Amino acid sequence: MFPFSAIVGQDDMKHALMIAAVDRSIGGVLLFGDRGTGKSTAIRALASLLPKMRAVVGCPYSCDPEKYQCDTSHCGVTRRKSKLYPVPVVDLPLGVTEDRVVGALDIEKALVQGQKSFDPGLLARANRGFLYIDEVNLLEDHIVDLLLDVAASGENLVEREGLSVRHPARFVLVGSGNPEEGELRPQLLDRFGLAVEVSTSTDVKGRVEVIKRRDAYERDPEAFGKKWSRADGKLRRRIVKARERIEAVDVSDDMLAKAAEICMALETDGSRGELTLIRAARAHAALDGDAAVTIDHLRDVAPMALSHRLRRNPLDESSASARVQRVLEAEL
Amino acid sequence: MAGDPKLPEQDALLAATLLAVNPAGLNGASIRALSGPDRDAFTEALKCLLPDTAAWVKVPVTIGFDRLLGGLDFAATVAAGSPVFATGLLEAANGGVLNLAMAERLAESTAAVINQAIDRGEIRIERDGVTLTRATSFLVVALDEGLEPEEQLNPAMKDRLAFEIGSEALAECRGAALGLSRVDVVRARQRLAAVTVGGESIEQLVAVALAFGIDSVRAELFAIEAARAAAALAGRQTVTQDDAALAARLVYSTRATRMPAEESDSTPAPAEQEPPADEPGAERQSGDTMPDEVMVDAVRAALPKDLLDMLAGNARPPRASSGGRSKSRTRSKRRGRPVGVRPSYDLGASRLNILATLKAAAPWQTLRRQEQDLEARRIALRKEDLHVTRYEDNVETSTIFVVDASGSQAAQRLAEVKGAIELLLNDCYVRRDQVALIAFRGDSAETLLPPTRALARVKRSLSALPGGGATPLAAGLDAARDMAVSVARLGRVPAIVVLTDGRGNVARDGTTGADVADEDAIKAARLLRAEGLRTLLVDTSRRPRPRARRLAAEMGGEYVPLPFADAAAISASVQRSVA
Repeated sequence: MFPFSAIVGQDDMKHALMIAAVDRSIGGVLLFGDRGTGKSTAIRALASLLPKMRAVVGCPYSCDPEKYQCDTSHCGVTRRKSKLYPVPVVDLPLGVTEDRVVGALDIEKALVQGQKSFDPGLLARANRGFLYIDEVNLLEDHIVDLLLDVAASGENLVEREGLSVRHPARFVLVGSGNPEEGELRPQLLDRFGLAVEVSTSTDVKGRVEVIKRRDAYERDPEAFGKKWSRADGKLRRRIVKARERIEAVDVSDDMLAKAAEICMALETDGSRGELTLIRAARAHAALDGDAAVTIDHLRDVAPMALSHRLRRNPLDESSASARVQRVLEAEL
Repeated sequence: MAGDPKLPEQDALLAATLLAVNPAGLNGASIRALSGPDRDAFTEALKCLLPDTAAWVKVPVTIGFDRLLGGLDFAATVAAGSPVFATGLLEAANGGVLNLAMAERLAESTAAVINQAIDRGEIRIERDGVTLTRATSFLVVALDEGLEPEEQLNPAMKDRLAFEIGSEALAECRGAALGLSRVDVVRARQRLAAVTVGGESIEQLVAVALAFGIDSVRAELFAIEAARAAAALAGRQTVTQDDAALAARLVYSTRATRMPAEESDSTPAPAEQEPPADEPGAERQSGDTMPDEVMVDAVRAALPKDLLDMLAGNARPPRASSGGRSKSRTRSKRRGRPVGVRPSYDLGASRLNILATLKAAAPWQTLRRQEQDLEARRIALRKEDLHVTRYEDNVETSTIFVVDASGSQAAQRLAEVKGAIELLLNDCYVRRDQVALIAFRGDSAETLLPPTRALARVKRSLSALPGGGATPLAAGLDAARDMAVSVARLGRVPAIVVLTDGRGNVARDGTTGADVADEDAIKAARLLRAEGLRTLLVDTSRRPRPRARRLAAEMGGEYVPLPFADAAAISASVQRSVA
């Protein structure tokens, strides 16, 4: 796995991923941009930055022993064993079939033993973790439909083949794609908390560095990983600390009002934009070790929290983030 | 023992050799040429150079995910009584070649799955109750037989393949001897891992890529891998200037989007490739590493002719259509969006849904086995268990606007027409249609924009459209027909909206004269009807004229006079003629 801290430049992209890792309730990150900019690399690298989580041993949904529990036998007993597990980052590959996403009748058991049992799908595995969709804009519509509902409710309801199963599926969506290859449905766009436009650097030094590191990694992935493990460790500790601090970060009424003004000026739909903006600013402050959210925090995160929530104007060529910048300059 | 092998002089053979030496670093090539001896010679050369155990897996263009990725093997599952997985073609191609036939017609979703396999060196399968990860690494040889600029290999896949070989390059190899053999390749492969690339070579390759306006970092990585392969073949430990120049020539010449600095300032940058604002900045930043002249010249000399024309501004960029292009979906029972399964006694051309079929059969197994006295493991299947997947086709529309920009369209009239089109564009956006723009004035018709979904660009070229000159109406209709036919070939539904007053005065052969021109226009209109194309004529004259109405009738399309039609009315007519 290419180390997160070894990614050259692309500060917005890395920042957004860190913010999403600090506060899950922000609801994930969408990386949109040119081909070959390392979007997928960054997302896959994120997994190793996440601190481990405690989960019930044997539970197919990785239930938290302290909190909500599912109704499988693992969680149902009074004395549950739990262990530290890596946070699941589940990859939803293209060409996936519906039954593997939501879970379905266990076909082997049904055929061989004549038993009716539920074979959990990717949504079950992603519970409490991240669901990663590479080339999210190329995902087939009927799979997107399944995701939309579950991503909003945090629960997967399976009613098929005589099965009736309900299980928790609280995951953070992380996606990447190239808008040139097809647009994303607005409903799916809205499920992502943050969105970042990624573009290729046009400066020789930066690009040379990208290539040198790629080359070094491909020659000897292990040595390369070791070289960057300290830097990755530092980032991981920063995320852990930020998670501890975030509850205490103060958000003044002034800031709430500012956030509302920005969203009003941009005419974003609904209150999700405002909420995301505040939460992202708070996570940003927590990452930086600041005690309160300031205008600067709002300014930094506004493009990634709002640019994908603007109403599309097909005839306006300026990029969404440029529109956000314009409003920021006027409002702040 | 022989000395180090001599590299082939022809670029196509050179590319084949480098691919054979460094498949993992170069991923493959797209071959844009019609089938024929030249193309066969190339694939033969590649076969000769690859290990004789290497698989050569042919992928038909209509392949489904089940065969590409693998899935339940129906017959084997029934026989064994428990799920049996069948390997897909992506895995079968491991260590060899994935040969894509008619690659320009490859469905976007199929291309995306192959792209993902290329990127990861493995496939993740989550299908039919099976979860598997299989490592696979292969060379892609994509045979792109597209003729029109809008028929080409999926751009995301092209970006992932190191080389693009055109028919000119293939023709050069006629009768050429390869000059090296499998043994040389094996030796070079062994040396490859030890070949290093100096920092200076990397900087040079990056600087040259930027000078030619190449955006994707992948291109630079390919150039480096190609240079390493060349060095390995020559028995060198380090990449030399010559290796780098050779790699730049092969990789960059088909990817250039502009000519390097000096004369490029006046050339407008191909739209959407890069924001114009950062161009001068990019050149200033690269000041410390000036792209090497020799290398730049090597690339320049190898630019294919059509690309050269485009860069010189003589032709419209063929790549402009890369945005949202090629949603070619065939209309059959086996494609489109699966909308569920249904029982079916007769499979016909439908696709069997194995999982649903097995599930239908599962509950009855005990009973049927008792009834029929079958051996215990075999699954007793009956006709009524069969389920097929239902697909819903979603066919896209491309609306082709044909605008009369001649002098008979007074300036003010043209402005109104532009306004009407802009309003129509909003509808197209809502329906996610593609839009194309053709204008005719003076002595010919011009395609201002090939079908695109980037409506902002349509608006831009519309506002830049000048008016004046004669009215080559027939030429405009002919251009629309050509485009509509090629759109239909890609599986989309074309709709033509002609905005004119119907008063043509230039005939097809370029001569002026209202009578001949009229006759030609009527002929062109009849051809539109003969092709069964959906058409709409918006009469833009101040007072509706019988001439335009007759033209609409000859096209077999609707007729709307502009003076009486507000945008909403036109929009409604378009909807009707498109629906």
